Amino acid sequence: MNFRLKIWRQPNRKSPGKLVDYDLRDISPNTSFLEMLDILNETLLARGEEPIAFDSDCREGICGTCSLTINGEAHGPDHPGAACELYMRKFRDGATIIVEPFRVGSFPIIKDLVIDRSALDRIVQAGGFISARAGSAPEANSIPVPKHDADLAMEAAACIGCGACAAACPNGSAMLFTSAKVSHLALLPQGHPERESRVLKMVQVMDAEGFGNCTNTYECEAVCPAEISASFIAKLNREYARAVLQRSAGE
Amino acid sequence: MIGTLDSKTPPGPLAQKWRSHRDHLRLVSPNNRRKFEIIVVGSGLAGGAAAATLGELGYQVKCFCFQDSPRRAHSIAAQGGINAAKNYQNDGDSVYRLFYDTIKGGDFRSREGNVYRLAEIANNIIDQCVAQGVPFAREYSGYLGNRSFGGAQVSRTFYARGQTGQQLLLGCYQALCRQIAAGTVQMFPQTEMLDLVIVNGQAKGIITRSLRSGNIDRHAADAVVLATGGYGNVYYLSTNARGCNVTATYRAYKKGALFANPSFTQIHPTCIPVSGEHQSKLTLMSESLRNDGRVWVPKRKEDREKAPGEIPDADRDYYLERKYPSYGNLAPRDISSRAAKEVCDEGRGVGPGGRGVYLDFADAIKRLGEETIRERYGNLFEVYEKITGENAYKVPMRIYPAVHYTMGGLWVDYDLMSNVPGLFVIGEANFSDHGANRLGASALMQGLADGYFVLPNTLPSYLAGQMGKRPSPDSPEFRKAEQDVRVRIEKLLNVNGTRSLDSFHRELGLLLWEKCGMSRHEKGLREALQEIPELREEFWQDVRVLGSDEDFNQSLERAGRVADFLEFAELMCGDALERDESAGAHFREEHQTPDGEALRDDERHAAVFAWEFGGDGQPPKLHREPLRFETVHLAQRSYK
Repeated sequence: MNFRLKIWRQPNRKSPGKLVDYDLRDISPNTSFLEMLDILNETLLARGEEPIAFDSDCREGICGTCSLTINGEAHGPDHPGAACELYMRKFRDGATIIVEPFRVGSFPIIKDLVIDRSALDRIVQAGGFISARAGSAPEANSIPVPKHDADLAMEAAACIGCGACAAACPNGSAMLFTSAKVSHLALLPQGHPERESRVLKMVQVMDAEGFGNCTNTYECEAVCPAEISASFIAKLNREYARAVLQRSAGE
Repeated sequence: MIGTLDSKTPPGPLAQKWRSHRDHLRLVSPNNRRKFEIIVVGSGLAGGAAAATLGELGYQVKCFCFQDSPRRAHSIAAQGGINAAKNYQNDGDSVYRLFYDTIKGGDFRSREGNVYRLAEIANNIIDQCVAQGVPFAREYSGYLGNRSFGGAQVSRTFYARGQTGQQLLLGCYQALCRQIAAGTVQMFPQTEMLDLVIVNGQAKGIITRSLRSGNIDRHAADAVVLATGGYGNVYYLSTNARGCNVTATYRAYKKGALFANPSFTQIHPTCIPVSGEHQSKLTLMSESLRNDGRVWVPKRKEDREKAPGEIPDADRDYYLERKYPSYGNLAPRDISSRAAKEVCDEGRGVGPGGRGVYLDFADAIKRLGEETIRERYGNLFEVYEKITGENAYKVPMRIYPAVHYTMGGLWVDYDLMSNVPGLFVIGEANFSDHGANRLGASALMQGLADGYFVLPNTLPSYLAGQMGKRPSPDSPEFRKAEQDVRVRIEKLLNVNGTRSLDSFHRELGLLLWEKCGMSRHEKGLREALQEIPELREEFWQDVRVLGSDEDFNQSLERAGRVADFLEFAELMCGDALERDESAGAHFREEHQTPDGEALRDDERHAAVFAWEFGGDGQPPKLHREPLRFETVHLAQRSYK
């Protein structure tokens, strides 16, 4: 298969970037999208041009390192799945493919297609945990968790932290990301002692990092490689309202 | 520096060793802990758990990872589960059985004391993870569920769908985040360790390079913990993440730490077969699939081109069930992998190139319904379809073994300290618990055992004698190490040759896969030991690395790692040659039983092989730690 690629090149955060055209020939349809970029980089290297910087690690859709917007869609056209799970057989032969980084104000560009997502780490640091120190845990089966709750918590916990939700959102909102962590922990009895303070602190940091608000466009859910449901955003809103009410009632 | 190689396993009955050892370890009092700085390199299950726990205890921790967030460490990709002898299934499990299965699975090449401690602690891990909110699978009662894994006849594996590693790592990452917020842990993402600093014979710091800015920094500490994972990527194609590398442990080796059993590499039987020459990695299909999938190939070579549905049951060879009736499709990984290679070598392999076997769910779907199979393995079936374009509910999966895990690693004693005082090594980076073959669902167990429960007890015992001995990062040892790092980087950038990094890495990987892979023999290993130095020579003459060192430069990152792989590969092959027996995953063709199983030589080789760096261009020196078995009886492994 042959492709015309238009790829975002930007030397560093401060310099302006632009789309650069590259032609690539004889790509097997069984090549993954990232392997296609590897091949392109090999040809660039042979010509003495600096390879395109892009991030990836596990290349099986779980580490959340990929951060490509392909033809305007976070992670490209094959949902659900991260860009590393996209194969060239999903494209038409001869297609033009535009590759950009995730574009979110809170994710500054480091180089070419590589971005800084440390804002997501800071949201978790604000309270996305259960304060159980090693050694203090009771016997695992001493607290039964209804299967339905555990399954739902797992659905929320499946988030891979890639940030596609914020990239797809017209408001650059990280509500799907934040709601997944808040919901995962609020659904489990172990998460209850810190339930109110957790949601209040996480939302506060999410706002401070410059992420926008949710206006129910559901773009986040559509691109999420882990299929996190937007209904968790409703859960986040309920958790937040509940915590605010409890606080205002002086509890 | 190296006296006799003493594991320092405590005396006394096996079941009492860890408890009585803990009673006598030295302590650091709470108000003194903040005076100690500890470096933890790696943020996976072992490193993340260790950094978080040491932070909870009150030490000042600096944690480093090359990923952009500690949550992306490769532990995240572990699928199947984590073992513990809770015996919730009432099927006869016990700590002793988990211990025995693990030591037998490892083909009797690990220490009794370490493995027993691991089995003991496993139960605490499950308690800890549940308390952190890890959403393990549960039954309708609300209690925890289990599934079966290879090499065991009990159901003791705890799991969170096909994403157990992810959920355990996130639990660990969240504990780490809590400590980062509390200020006890300082996190350095996108930062790679490039050298270990030794002052007065003790590990007292590291030299790092920021992958973002290119800055080289010196970090001094009271102790250094390496939790940098395995080196499976030496083969180029493996199930490891692209960034996994040997650099941290290899640099420590070059500074005097012993490297133990480097040739013990696990080839996982159930991976998606190689499809083309540009493939960048191999994808694992969890071992848990072997609970319900049946492995087969056609009985006759002529049938291998036929569609699987056209081959009647009578013409299929369910070779694992045939050869190992009592374990069947759940035979351990090394045995299942070799069996797959054998049938493919006979010309009965399926799929392109004849390097594949079927993993068939038709019977399970008939018995349990597609819905149940979807619930158990749905995400794995989706991954399979994405990569191959095939629907495994309709046609059997095709699988083939791939490099997955490395049992070898830096040598450590019972306290997880290397022969270099102050240098601790945990998780996959050490060699300690899996012998010559790791059982499924045991890597997560070991990483968390080391990080949450072992190291936080043993490290303070070392620190107790180190108060006020932390050197300045401006001391000559640090300056020298930094200078060496800079010289090496400059050298890599100045070769300015014609060949790409990947081409060298691929060539090295193929060479190792052929000659030091699923089976090895003396002739092949001797050839490899000739060819690797030649390839390395060519690398330093002809590699092309573009860009600058003062910038985000992924080619330069990889160049350093490939350069280390090119040296390390020689150590692996040397170890494989020296170990003149078969044991677990190390299958020397010269040593097999009449029916093709690994034949150990307990008289000569019931030992850990620990290699000491002999200087550039010099052969490494071998130290042997004899393995003493006081409880288990050494037996030919049988899964029949």
